[in-house]
Amino acid sequence: MPKITFVDHTGEERTLDATNGETVMETAIKNAVPGIDADCGGACACATCHVYVDDAFMAKVGQPEDMEQSMLDFAENVQDNSRLSCQITVSDALDGLRVTTPESQH
Amino acid sequence: MRHEIRNRKEHIVDLSASERIVIVGAGQAAAQACASLRQYGFAGDLALIGEEPELPYQRPPLSKAYMKGELAKERLYFKPMDWYRAQSVDLKLETRVNALDRSACRVLLENEETLSYDALILATGSRPRTLPLAGAGLANVFDLRTLGDVEGVRPHMRAGCRLVIIGAGYIGLEAAAVARQLGLKVTVLEMADRVLARVTSPVMSAFYEAEHLRQGVDIRTSVRVTGLTGGSSVQSVVLDDGTEIPADVVLAGIGIVPNVELAEASGLGCSNGVLVDRDTRTQDERIFAVGDCACRPLVHYGRRGRLESVHNAIEQGKLAAAAIMGKPRPVEDCPWFWSDQYDLKLQIAGLSEGYDTLVVRGDPGERKFAVFYLKAGRLLAVDAVNSAPEFLASKKLIVSGASLAPDTLRDTTQSMKEIAAAAA
Repeated sequence: MPKITFVDHTGEERTLDATNGETVMETAIKNAVPGIDADCGGACACATCHVYVDDAFMAKVGQPEDMEQSMLDFAENVQDNSRLSCQITVSDALDGLRVTTPESQH
Repeated sequence: MRHEIRNRKEHIVDLSASERIVIVGAGQAAAQACASLRQYGFAGDLALIGEEPELPYQRPPLSKAYMKGELAKERLYFKPMDWYRAQSVDLKLETRVNALDRSACRVLLENEETLSYDALILATGSRPRTLPLAGAGLANVFDLRTLGDVEGVRPHMRAGCRLVIIGAGYIGLEAAAVARQLGLKVTVLEMADRVLARVTSPVMSAFYEAEHLRQGVDIRTSVRVTGLTGGSSVQSVVLDDGTEIPADVVLAGIGIVPNVELAEASGLGCSNGVLVDRDTRTQDERIFAVGDCACRPLVHYGRRGRLESVHNAIEQGKLAAAAIMGKPRPVEDCPWFWSDQYDLKLQIAGLSEGYDTLVVRGDPGERKFAVFYLKAGRLLAVDAVNSAPEFLASKKLIVSGASLAPDTLRDTTQSMKEIAAAAA
């Protein structure tokens, strides 16, 4: 089972077991990780599951598709390592993934 | 009965010291209220009462990915069972509430149990409007509201099966898209003269109608269904001109009705939903109503309305929890919605009702465009097809009450970021 570490805006870390095939967003929501709302439930419709991906994993998580990219363009405090966590699917290759959550999604 | 919208200050009952909170309903608004109450520090008894046998789950995928078989059932649940245990939520599933006894602050369950409350949240949702037709009770005639409904439909979702959908709203059209992608023969019947007539403009209706026709859906508008025929299972749908359309399975998507009976019987004011103030409080200061069943102030539009959406369920769930716990009122966003059909992602911000000007930005022929709705220059709403920037920029512009010139919105040489920045 891959593990994902969520770091919140205060620096507090939570390392959680994730399930292959589910998304990073789902892992966060099922474990009540603060800082991720995911209002639309993963339909890439709301941009409220924004996270920052640890540099070491940027290549492994890949590039956002067009829809996600244009959603990110309007999110707050976007950085080069910003992604929507509903668009990152968990796999063994992502074992050890670290993402940081913003203080607020709005 | 006229409902007074009161100031929060005027409430004398401090509910933040509540020991027992009961939530009636187990849909998205209920699940949100439940999670937010614990998040805001409510440590007392918390009961969640739902009539379905399932943990609270997401409904939007029911007519999309879940219907198509692309999503496992477990992924529909907001939280796993462990979360409810860890949070000490008393989940009462497959349980109906018979009545509210407001004077004694009690909820009476069908199984004769009673639950006392200091604060009560009504999240009773809505139910599908039923087909007022002979034959509506035949086997293989389904609504599309619950997991149970979709589990009934899914075995029929195979190539060659003849599906007739009654009602060309978002649910009906989403189901039509899934069914075509799975190779069914699909007919959509609509009473109005265009699809999506209740929810959007003729421009959008024409676009979606053309798309479904191109995908091989037989869409018939301005038709009246008079009955369903069959032995035990449905065999055909009959129109008022005598046309008989063969059907192996029928889906009805003709709108929903808010479940206000409990509130109404207890004397709470209702008019197209349970009347609530901005904090979701009903006329009884211990009782709140959230989600599909509530008729709320629409603060960006200066009127009341009932919203059938995920945004509304989440927002009102949070509003109720915050009001009970004495927390600052969460920000009220403009209403927003989405619909996925084929490769078209429609994102809607705002409510277009009452618009006097319609502006199309982009080219519908390229399957990437947006329709803006203005009233006296002010942006009311947008329907954005494969156009996330138009949707996201408009959400902010609607909340800020921005006025925009039609020519500016039409000008695709300016990005939505530039347009939004100039309007701010």
